[in-house]
Amino acid sequence: MSATRRIHWMKYASASNFYPLANRLVPLFMGLAIALAVIGLYIGFFVAPVDYQQGNSYRIMFLHVPAAWMSMFIYLLLAMYAIISLVWRVKMADIMAYSLAPTGAMFTFIALLTGALWGRPTWGTYWIWDARLTSELLLLFLYLGYMGLYSAIPDRQRASRAASFLAIVGVVNVPIIYFSVVWWNTLHQGSSFSVSEGASMTSDMLSALLLMAFACWAYTIAVVLRRAQAVILERKKVALWASQISKNKEA
Amino acid sequence: MGIAEFLHMGGHGFYIWGSYGTALFLVIVEVFFVSKRRKKAKEELEQMEAEFSRVDNQGING
Repeated sequence: MSATRRIHWMKYASASNFYPLANRLVPLFMGLAIALAVIGLYIGFFVAPVDYQQGNSYRIMFLHVPAAWMSMFIYLLLAMYAIISLVWRVKMADIMAYSLAPTGAMFTFIALLTGALWGRPTWGTYWIWDARLTSELLLLFLYLGYMGLYSAIPDRQRASRAASFLAIVGVVNVPIIYFSVVWWNTLHQGSSFSVSEGASMTSDMLSALLLMAFACWAYTIAVVLRRAQAVILERKKVALWASQISKNKEA
Repeated sequence: MGIAEFLHMGGHGFYIWGSYGTALFLVIVEVFFVSKRRKKAKEELEQMEAEFSRVDNQGING
């Protein structure tokens, strides 16, 4: 990697450059999220046909599948930032990991809830302790564990290190969730969409699904950047307070 | 297709609207609290900066 590219990357790793950039990106991605969701849901509810097996309940897919994807993507992203934060002590990476966690937990909860509400009319049960559902529930606990550990330890650097470590160890759960439907016999259906085999659904269903997935991405970018901004200000406040105390001691 | 029929979703209305309704609620709640958190942090930081610059100019007991 060349030195110039490194400097460029470091530029956005600093909070003072990040903050004004986020100010411009947040409304952009929030607007994009709303537009994509409106178009996606229109296609999903008014254009896509009724499923001949499941009836209308399959329309939960347009929310369930993107939420489940996000729950895993966000976790991987969180773990990546946790590694950067642990190894290179980049403050912005820690702020990003911390800011991703609540949104990741929210998408995990939505994936579980919509899965239960889809399971009832389709399988006849809200919940079953099978590999896919159990590992996704574990993902929710990993998010909550990360957040809980972070806020439980008073010293922020120690809190960050402990929580980051937990997040990194928890990464092994993500491939387990993803491949659980292949590795074990489960009630959960296999993926309806794969890069190698294409989609097992009509093109209207697929467009609605992908539009909703992009909407979730745009939403995540907007809300996580906003949260990161709040965290930057909160930490700046603590630093300012500390510097003022040491200044007063000297005086 | 009427509105009632649309909402009924062939008997799956509860499951579908329960899913979308909860998700919409959570998203609105998250956006609300995140915006509030940033606003509060910004105000408190500005207040603290103003206070400290006053202290610096006038001394601790000033």
